[in-house]
Amino acid sequence: MLTGTTLNKPLDVKITDMKERYTSGVLKYRQMGYWEPDYEPKDTDILAVFRITPQDGVDPIEAAAAVAGESSTATWTVVWTDRLTDSEYYRAKAYRVDPVPGAPGQYFAYIAYDLDLFEEGSIANLTASIIGNVFGFKPLKALRLEDMRISPHYLKTFQGPATGIIVERERMNVYGRPLLGATMKPKLGLSGRNYGRVVYEALKGGLDFTKDDENINSQPFMHWRDRFLYCVDSVNKATAETGEIKGTYLNVTAATMEDMYERAEFARDLGSVIIMIDLVVGYTAIQSMAKWARRNDMILHLHRAGHSTYTRQKNHGVSFRVIAKWMRMAGVDHIHAGTVVGKLEGDPNVIRGIYDTCRETYVPANPQHGIFFDQPWASLKKLMPVASGGIHAGQMHQLLTYLGEDVVLQFGGGTIGHPMGIQAGATANRVALETMVKARNEGRDIWNEGPEILASAARWCQPLRAALDTWKDVTFDYASTDSVDLVSTPTAI
Amino acid sequence: MRITQGQFSFLPELTDAEIQAQIQYALDQGWALAVEYTDDPHPKNYYWSMWGTPMFDLKDAAGVLMEILACRVARPHDYIKVQAFDSNKGFESIRMAFIVQRPDYEPGFELVRSEGPGRIIHYSIRGYANALPSCERYGASR
Repeated sequence: MLTGTTLNKPLDVKITDMKERYTSGVLKYRQMGYWEPDYEPKDTDILAVFRITPQDGVDPIEAAAAVAGESSTATWTVVWTDRLTDSEYYRAKAYRVDPVPGAPGQYFAYIAYDLDLFEEGSIANLTASIIGNVFGFKPLKALRLEDMRISPHYLKTFQGPATGIIVERERMNVYGRPLLGATMKPKLGLSGRNYGRVVYEALKGGLDFTKDDENINSQPFMHWRDRFLYCVDSVNKATAETGEIKGTYLNVTAATMEDMYERAEFARDLGSVIIMIDLVVGYTAIQSMAKWARRNDMILHLHRAGHSTYTRQKNHGVSFRVIAKWMRMAGVDHIHAGTVVGKLEGDPNVIRGIYDTCRETYVPANPQHGIFFDQPWASLKKLMPVASGGIHAGQMHQLLTYLGEDVVLQFGGGTIGHPMGIQAGATANRVALETMVKARNEGRDIWNEGPEILASAARWCQPLRAALDTWKDVTFDYASTDSVDLVSTPTAI
Repeated sequence: MRITQGQFSFLPELTDAEIQAQIQYALDQGWALAVEYTDDPHPKNYYWSMWGTPMFDLKDAAGVLMEILACRVARPHDYIKVQAFDSNKGFESIRMAFIVQRPDYEPGFELVRSEGPGRIIHYSIRGYANALPSCERYGASR
C-alpha cells in the first residue's frame, strides 16, 4: 500500500487552515482533502475501487484524490461556496492506493462515499457520480471501476429483482436442474410466422424458454405484435403437448418508454410469463420496467447488449461485476453473465465472481474472483445468471461444474443447428442436462467422467449422439482480456 | 404423450435404486423429502395431494423409498413425485422434484383457443383425463 508520506512534499498535505484552504486559486486534490489515508470507512458508506493509470509524472495518490474529488464534490479550482456546506462530510475520500501486481503504472484506488451523496433507489444518480465526468479526466490515461461495496442501507432503497430465482422456479415449476433456453436464429429476417415455428419446435423438444435476440424489436420483416401473437401460440401449444410451463422472452425494447409499456402490456394480456429488455435502454428505463414487472407478475430478462464496449479492457471502463451489481439493484430477473467455455469473453475466476454477485445473499471479499469487498445483499432477491453464446451439449459437465444449478443455459446454435432438426436439438440438450445432474447427484465425478456419461446416454438417445458428433471438437480457447490481477497464476480452462 | 415435468422426465424411468440415490443426495444436503400424488397433472396444478407431510425427521433414504412404494400401492394409477424442501435462508423452497410413477397411458392436454378481438387468442389447457370424475381417471375403477 502506498501511504503517501514518503512522497509528500510539504505542499501536498491536506491544508487545515481554513483561510489558506479557501484562498482563490488552484490546489492539489490531496491538499483540498480528498486523500484521507487514516479514514475508516463507515458501515453506511458506498465504497469503490478504481484501477487508475495516471499520466506520466502524475503522482498516483494525487490521481486517486482527483478521482475522489471529480466523482463527488470537487471542481478544478477552489470555490468559496464550499464553506456554505459541511464540505468535509460530502467530500469522497480516497483512503488507500495499491500498485496493481504485474501492471506497472496502474494502481487500485479505494474511495469512500457518504450515503448522503446519493438519491435513494436511483442507479442513474449513483452512476452519474461514480462514472460521471471523472472518466474523461485528463490527468488519467485510463480509469476502470473494478468493484463497489453498496451498503445495506442504500441497497434497501432499491426494489431488487422483480421476481428472483426462487419465485421464478416456483412459477415455472422447475427445480433441481438449470433451466434451458435458446435464442432464435437467424437473429434477423424471419417473418412472425416462421419465427413462431422455431419457438414451438425448441419448446416442444424440451427447452423451458426461448428468447428473442437483442436486436429483434419491430423491424419491417416482423413487427412486434405479429411476433408476440405467433410466439405465444407456440408457447401454449408446447405447454399443452409436454405438460410443462414454457416461456419465450418477448423483447419489448423500443424507442420510448411509452412504446415499451405498450408492448409489455400486450405480452401480459396474451399470458406471457416473461419479457425482455436490452441494457442499451439505459438504467432509468431498466428500473421503470423492473417496477412494471413486479406490478404485473412478469419475469424480466435483461440482455447485456453493449456492455463489452466498456467491460472488456482491464485498464478502462467498468467491470461487469459492477454492472451485475447495479442490475440486481435495478431489479431485473435474468442477466447474461458469461459461460466460461463459450464463444464470448469469460475467465473462470471472473465469471465466478459475477455469478456470486448475482446469486448469493452474502458475497465475501475474494481477490481471486475479483471481489474486493464483503457484500451483504440485505434482502434483495437473487438474480438468475444466463449462460449464452457458443455452448453445446458436449460441454454439459463443464457448464454444470463451472456455473452450478441456478442458471439458464442457452443453446441457440446448439439447438437450432442440430442436424436432425430443432426439436432433436432441444431434446439432446435436455437429455444431456438431466443425465449430468443425475450423475452428479449419484456422486460421480462429472468433471472427469463427463464425456463418458454423455456417451453412455447417447447410446439410447439418438439426438444426443448426433449433437455430440456434430460439435465434438468445438471449443473457444482464447486468452481472456479481462482476468483478475491479484493472483499470480493465470487461469486456464 | 409423456408429461415431462420434473427434473428427470427425459431419462428412462428411474429404478428404485436410482430413486434412492437421488433421495440420499437430497438428505446429504439437509433437505426434507416429501411424496405427492395426483390424477390432475395440469402444468399449473401446483398443489398435488400430499402423501403425509414432508418427512423432516426421516434421514434414511430407504425409509423414504418405502413411503414411495406405499403410495404406489395406494395410488396405482396416479402420477407420483418426490420433492425435496430446503428450509435454509435464501432458499426456503423446493430444491428437487422428479416423477417416480406415471400412468401407463397418458392422454395429455387439449389446447382450447378462443378468439378475441383483432387477432388475440385466449388459451386454456384442459387435461383429457379430467373429463372423468377424479376417482375414474387413468383406468382407476370405482
